[in-house]
Amino acid sequence: MRVDYITGNTAIAEAAIVAGLKFYAGYPITPSSDIFEYLARELPKHGGHVIQFEDEIASINAVIGASWACAKAMTATSGPGFSLMLEAISLAVITETPLVIAYVMRTGPSTGVPTRAGQYDVLQATYGFHGGLVIPVLAASTPQEAYDLTVKAFNVSEMLRTPVVLLTDATIAHTYGKVIMRERGELEIIERIRPLTPPDKYKPYEPVKEHVPAMACFGDGYNVLVESLTHDERGYYAPRTDVQRKLMWRLYRKIVDSAPKLFDYSAIGLEGCDYAFISYGSTALSAQVAAKMLREKGYRVGTLKLRTLYPIYEDGIRKLVSSAKKVFVIENNVGLYYRELRAILRDKEVVSVPIIDLDLPQPQEIVEVVKQWL
Amino acid sequence: MAVAHPLDKYLRTDRIPTMWCPGCGLGIVMGTLLRAVDRRIKEGSLKRENVGFAGGIGCTARMTLYPLFDSAHVIHGRAIPFALAVKIVKPEMKMIVVGGDGDLAAIGGNHILHAIRRNADLLVVMVNNMIYGMTGGQVAPTTPRGLYTTTTPYGNPEREMNMIKLTAALGANYVARGSITHPQLLEQYLYKALGKRGLAFVEVISTCPELFGRHIGFRSPVDLYMEIRKRIVIKAKPSIEESDYSWEKGFVIGEFVDRDEPGFTDTIYEYLNKIRGGGVQ
Repeated sequence: MRVDYITGNTAIAEAAIVAGLKFYAGYPITPSSDIFEYLARELPKHGGHVIQFEDEIASINAVIGASWACAKAMTATSGPGFSLMLEAISLAVITETPLVIAYVMRTGPSTGVPTRAGQYDVLQATYGFHGGLVIPVLAASTPQEAYDLTVKAFNVSEMLRTPVVLLTDATIAHTYGKVIMRERGELEIIERIRPLTPPDKYKPYEPVKEHVPAMACFGDGYNVLVESLTHDERGYYAPRTDVQRKLMWRLYRKIVDSAPKLFDYSAIGLEGCDYAFISYGSTALSAQVAAKMLREKGYRVGTLKLRTLYPIYEDGIRKLVSSAKKVFVIENNVGLYYRELRAILRDKEVVSVPIIDLDLPQPQEIVEVVKQWL
Repeated sequence: MAVAHPLDKYLRTDRIPTMWCPGCGLGIVMGTLLRAVDRRIKEGSLKRENVGFAGGIGCTARMTLYPLFDSAHVIHGRAIPFALAVKIVKPEMKMIVVGGDGDLAAIGGNHILHAIRRNADLLVVMVNNMIYGMTGGQVAPTTPRGLYTTTTPYGNPEREMNMIKLTAALGANYVARGSITHPQLLEQYLYKALGKRGLAFVEVISTCPELFGRHIGFRSPVDLYMEIRKRIVIKAKPSIEESDYSWEKGFVIGEFVDRDEPGFTDTIYEYLNKIRGGGVQ
């Protein structure tokens, strides 16, 4: 275990190395580039490769290729770069390729304010790619969480054979904080399931554990098929409704059914509260302070900071805020994740508190908005 | 099981027949490529389990569906970064990228450009049928000027893209152009290309009777084949300038570049070993 005072971006890079990263492909983009730079210096010392590709499209496709050569692989980017990666994320979903994307959000749309924060891409992170499925999205609000959730992101990607998005923003990226870095041996490190059958019996898309198939890699002698077309368990193209149904539901279920297992959060004062604040990422820091200010004025306000945004564990969230009469969803955008929570908290009044700020929304501003509803 | 064809051992025979149209040149390309691979395996310069295929989208990229090797059928234009990453992680692999002119010269253009600049250790086989076949016969960057396609119903006003010139200019170790009308020559180029380090680029002039020939007056596969064959000019040592083609001028085939610069993989492992050995601070 090491303790250091580092930024969120450095925490991600450090954690990735501990998780077993062996291949990083990237393209420079603010505010994610220092993850890339840090790894370029450190990862080769651990036998890993860091390559700057010609664009984000090449980067994500290279990450997919590296993962099929059985290297743990990742990239980091921000909104414009993630938009370019979306088509390949869809490929990673259908080919069930484990990989991690550190998505350091910045102010948008388009070039926006590249150096400053926002939470505008929270829905895009999981819904952006074509094909109508879901990928896990974990959200960090501090350098410590960035460290812990990076390890978790790799574990989830390996366990479920899926791309995983680790969501942060420009504020977390460049804020220093004390980080306790647990090392290999002090952490659970999950590796993908490798084939237990000989090559002639192996089917690359046949689930062996909870909807997840075993993964053979290039060069293993298994004649693997990485297939972007709708495929059966052998990886053969099969344009048939029965095959499509089976594939879609398996790809959907393997993520959604894992919601309880993946659920990660921290709660303050939710038991017996009248009002609950739900937030995530950097804005959660402001929300916690705002809640404290209101508690000091006598309001029973609890806070729920979500670290797993997708898949959504509906029962888990419902239970946590069960005593609240009103739920406030505080985020640095026009009120996006609010839509998700409104859909699952149907028996409550759910209020959107969208505060657009190039930095952290000020707690005082949150209090002023919320007070109109108390 | 009785062996029906000498290449059956390299094929997923349960997927044959292929999806390619009768008269398509791609069967010849695949057969030729597998014969070249077979020669390399037989002589011991290539291990079967180290051969991998990657293709994007298009009729040519579908070639990844049939060979009994590690194979990736990825998204349009992106086979090169996929294959390059496999090669970096597992340098013992021989990665073969197969793609059409649309897949590699148009949508994947940026990747081929930088793969060559790096002298990435890949064999890139670009089958040039001068048309978008799978999507129904739209114009390609390689379509000769003046020809009719479904998206240039008044004739193609654009210049033809010459990938030989591009790959030679950027420093590929091996650049050749073959034709499905001359499979023995093509096999020689592919065999040689498989033995190269760095980037080897082989363009193959091919036929699409359904969607290329049909719109320019050669409806039957045989007619189109004979027409292309007529326009092929074989040269032992062609110059790069001679690689420019047009429908009128025809297509010079031959080996345009053959050199032996260090490949990308060797270079990055050299750096990696230095870093790990403490040679670089």
